[in-house]
Amino acid sequence: MIEIKALTKTFHTRTGTLTALDNINLSIHDGEIFGIIGLSGAGKSTLVRCINLLERPDAGEVWLDGRDLMKLSNRELLEVRRGIGMIFQSYNLLEQRTVLRNVLFPLEISHTPRDKARERAKELLELVGLADKADAYPSQLSGGQKQRVAIARALATQPRYLLCDEATSALDPNTTASILELLQVINRTMGVTIVVITHEMAVIDKICHRVAVIDKSHIVEMGAVNEVFANPQSDIARELILPHVKTTASVRGGPRVRLVFNGESSYSPVVSNLVLECGVPVNILFADTKDLDGKAFGHILLELPDDPRQSGRVIAWLDRNHPSYSLEVQ
Amino acid sequence: MFSDLLKQLVESGILFRAIWETVYMTLLSTLIAYIIGLPLGVILSVTAPSGVRPIPWLNRLLGVIVNIFRSIPFIVLMVAMLPVAKLVVGTSLGNAAMVVMLVIAAAPYIARMVESSIKEVNAGVIEAAQAMGTSQFRLITRVLLPEARPSLVVGAVISTVTVLGYSAMAATIGGGGLGAIAITWGYQRSKEDITWVCVILIVIVVQVMQEVGMRIARRIDKRARQ
Ligand SMILES: Nc1ncnc2c1ncn2[C@@H]1O[C@H](COP(=O)(O)OP(=O)(O)OP(=O)(O)O)[C@@H](O)[C@H]1O
Ligand SMILES: [Mg+2]
Repeated sequence: MIEIKALTKTFHTRTGTLTALDNINLSIHDGEIFGIIGLSGAGKSTLVRCINLLERPDAGEVWLDGRDLMKLSNRELLEVRRGIGMIFQSYNLLEQRTVLRNVLFPLEISHTPRDKARERAKELLELVGLADKADAYPSQLSGGQKQRVAIARALATQPRYLLCDEATSALDPNTTASILELLQVINRTMGVTIVVITHEMAVIDKICHRVAVIDKSHIVEMGAVNEVFANPQSDIARELILPHVKTTASVRGGPRVRLVFNGESSYSPVVSNLVLECGVPVNILFADTKDLDGKAFGHILLELPDDPRQSGRVIAWLDRNHPSYSLEVQ
Repeated sequence: MFSDLLKQLVESGILFRAIWETVYMTLLSTLIAYIIGLPLGVILSVTAPSGVRPIPWLNRLLGVIVNIFRSIPFIVLMVAMLPVAKLVVGTSLGNAAMVVMLVIAAAPYIARMVESSIKEVNAGVIEAAQAMGTSQFRLITRVLLPEARPSLVVGAVISTVTVLGYSAMAATIGGGGLGAIAITWGYQRSKEDITWVCVILIVIVVQVMQEVGMRIARRIDKRARQ
């Protein structure tokens, strides 16, 4: 279990002092995937770096499995870090080492016998699906492959914890999905507790059990992912989960309609037909749709004109032509 | 077209000996200078404010010493270091004394080269290694130096060529090499062809060193797709 108590971290720079984290309290339970989400500069990276004391807090405590990390000697701290894997947005592989020797690195550091180390490294490359790339260099790999190597390397010393700082932020959606699946497998089959830092709600939604929302150095909300998603309390959580709610695109402020596409129709003509047939302009506030085999999935949020006669016409049209829509309450 | 003197120099083997002396002095001096400059450069980069183990007073002290030696022109440094050469190799004349001078001049230069190579190592890679529980000593030996290797080799090539340039001044303290031939035979006896032959030979030696070194650097750098 990771416990963070009343943690505060301030940076002193030439331009003044900056409080990156202010009175952070949280516990991460064994076996869970814990998400930390927030906008850029919120303090997410600083917070994970405090977990393995890459960054030393100014005040507060960091406890890992009942040990107060701040009280450990340097030597003990190195030992503790070997039990915490970490992966990064920029992969951070050793560029002059092959894939296999990258995975061997933490094993060299922890004085694992050579034969055992090689065996373990090969197993891990098998696990992440890169056994055939053992002798390649990082520069010869794609982003997704590099992150897989980084994961294999992070798991080499059989850590009980894995910290992921924006591990998928540089990857395309498909690769992101496959990396997230891999993390899930690691969590389920190896029982590794995973801390996921991200600014993408989709990542939290996909794999996390619990989530903490961090904004301007504070945790503003924390709880089970489905609860936070269903009923976000803080402005920042609402903004992250429902990106349209705070949008200011509307100047007329009419009713809002959400069109949902679940594969029954193709979305492209709907909006244009609506506009043409009703003769009413609408505002597209938000759209998240995918075209799979010619079928539309996702949703579009429309803002209708303020004039009730015009908006009434649109709603009547939708009743006839596009049954899956809902009026948004504001 | 060529003077008899040049023919004599070639036939007697003096010219070939000079080439060998230049190469030998350059390589030996650079090698010894690295024994001092490499650790110095590592300490400079590691103890810097942005380094993995900042020690401000030590960094500043070494920085000042290195800068003093680097700012003295070689010819002045050579005169000033005559007693040191005498102390180290028992004489302040000849090739052995010249090697001492070259080492003194090159070591601080190499320290700066090494420092800048190590500072180029990706901060993220260092952070990842620290997160894995790497001790500071191993961070230097297993991460910083190996990751900086291609850049270190390029630095070594540049340093070697610089030392070669300095070694041409060996004649001023009675040493040998191509520089000595150019001065004692070419300049003092006004045989211009000898001077030019020496210049061309030095250019060739520099080119060969440069080419071989850069080829090695390219070959060992795994960042480029192969
Ligand atoms: N070493 C440092 N020195 C000074 N300020 C820092 C340092 N590290 C972080 N900060 C500041 O602390 C704040 C939080 O930074 P942090 O990197 O934790 O944000 P983040 O939430 O991870 O953002 P991002 O999503 O962009 O990675 C920022 O304002 C940043 O400028
Ligand atoms: Mg960050």
